[in-house]
Amino acid sequence: MPYLSKFVSSYRLALLSIIACAATLTACSGTTTAPGATATSVPASGAPATIKVFAAASLQDAFSEIGRNYEAANPGVKVAFNFAGSQQLAQQIAQVAPADVFASANKAQMTVAIQSGRVVSGTEKVFVRNRLVVVVPRDNPAKLQTLQDLGKPGLKLVLAAKEVPVGQYALDYLTKTLKDSSFTPGYREAVLKNVVSYEDSVKSVLTKVTLGEADGGIVYTTDIGGDAAAKVTRIDIPDALNTVATYPIAALKDSTQAAAATGFVDYVLSDAGQKVLAGYGFITAPKDAK
Amino acid sequence: MKSGRTTTGLWRLLSLPLLLFFLLPLVALLLRAPFDRIIESVMREQVRSAIGLSFVTTLISAAIIVVFGTPVAYLLAVRHGRIEKLIDTVIDLPTVLPPSVAGIALLLAFGRRGLLGPAFTVLGVDIAFTQVAVVLAQTFVAAPFYIKSAAIAFAGIEVDLTQAASLDGANNWDIFRHIMAPLAWAGLVSGLVMSWARALGEFGATILFAGNLQGVTQTMPLAIYIGFEANLDTAVTLSVILMGLSFSALLMAKALLNRAG
Repeated sequence: MPYLSKFVSSYRLALLSIIACAATLTACSGTTTAPGATATSVPASGAPATIKVFAAASLQDAFSEIGRNYEAANPGVKVAFNFAGSQQLAQQIAQVAPADVFASANKAQMTVAIQSGRVVSGTEKVFVRNRLVVVVPRDNPAKLQTLQDLGKPGLKLVLAAKEVPVGQYALDYLTKTLKDSSFTPGYREAVLKNVVSYEDSVKSVLTKVTLGEADGGIVYTTDIGGDAAAKVTRIDIPDALNTVATYPIAALKDSTQAAAATGFVDYVLSDAGQKVLAGYGFITAPKDAK
Repeated sequence: MKSGRTTTGLWRLLSLPLLLFFLLPLVALLLRAPFDRIIESVMREQVRSAIGLSFVTTLISAAIIVVFGTPVAYLLAVRHGRIEKLIDTVIDLPTVLPPSVAGIALLLAFGRRGLLGPAFTVLGVDIAFTQVAVVLAQTFVAAPFYIKSAAIAFAGIEVDLTQAASLDGANNWDIFRHIMAPLAWAGLVSGLVMSWARALGEFGATILFAGNLQGVTQTMPLAIYIGFEANLDTAVTLSVILMGLSFSALLMAKALLNRAG
């Protein structure tokens, strides 16, 4: 007993410290979020201003690029991102998490932020739109060809939870099929019966499909640009049934970096920002969109 | 005598900051709990199915942990070779890994496209997104607590006892059954309670490997996570229940160990 417990405790301690060191190292390298920023010169005014941007998971790739561009154009400003499901971000904002900008994937979650008093109603602007698409694994194990196939019994489909904007949009799509004669009346229920998991963000849905664990899922068209494009096959949802997701953005009322925060919002709405978003497949917002 | 008391007081004072740090969030949770509507909250379909599912899956996990963990614990207690040290380290790994790593690892091993995927497909078994996945995730993260505790309990038994029994003609199974198990039971049970409490709180590996579907794979921690966004009352109610269960489990484990000691 003394031998073992001593061995266990000292050994465990050593193991823990090694792992703690490793974790710290990765954490450190992880926090240097903006590789472009390190190259820019430190401003004469001293410590750089950091703005915290809370953005929908579907914006991850596009906003990372916009963030780098914004930092390059504004030496002395750093952009730190918090990407997650919009519903999580809205809750964090309502619970007074430090944030300067909120970019939501739907109006409902922006409304949550407005109701919490941290975003002034009317200051939010639609900056981009997005569409839904059905994705299936590249080798398509369930042989899904059409939207109607999603109702075949025994499938494993993955949607986002209804609290996640894309999850609600997916449910909206299913509801719209009720009034479409090319779908059987039982289609919506049949599809919902095939859902094996309601994930916490659109990225989790895509991962389960690209891994081939799910037979299909519903994501945004912008999620399957880049690397993901090669790993999935898409089934398009026609315009009449497709819910166009609208993304509002706003600087927070109590931002401690108000100038940089509104600057970032303006940059997203500018031609330069919109061009990046278009590059990732987003439908850019008309200039006068509110 | 007097100086002894003063030092105790000093140590208690120094313990205060961390204790407060632990207690404050728990108190905040209790203060926010909708006790006036708790029955109503508990009766909600989502809450009830989460509690039921958590109980069933954690009990199965606990049973699996006893059956497959006890031999490992016994081995670690009686042998101290190089291989045992390696096994010991492997057993430690799940306790320090982030649960999300465990979830991805399980998916890559037991998922449809995982290492064992083709074999399972032949058998017509699909594990991801099922309660089997929930149990596997819980067992993965919780088993080390039992094994560690059981190994220490087994190792605490005097070698003379087992040697005497062996001289009297008892075989290994007799020794285990009549000497080791009865003498180590407090360590075994307290370790099992710890494991069960850990399984009950399992979140990261479950949501990644088993997904989230109410009534099928949505255990209490998952319902809390999703409920936080949809209905704070649900999340807080479940959190308070989970906290109460875990606290009782830990108290029970400690009481058992004290009685045995």
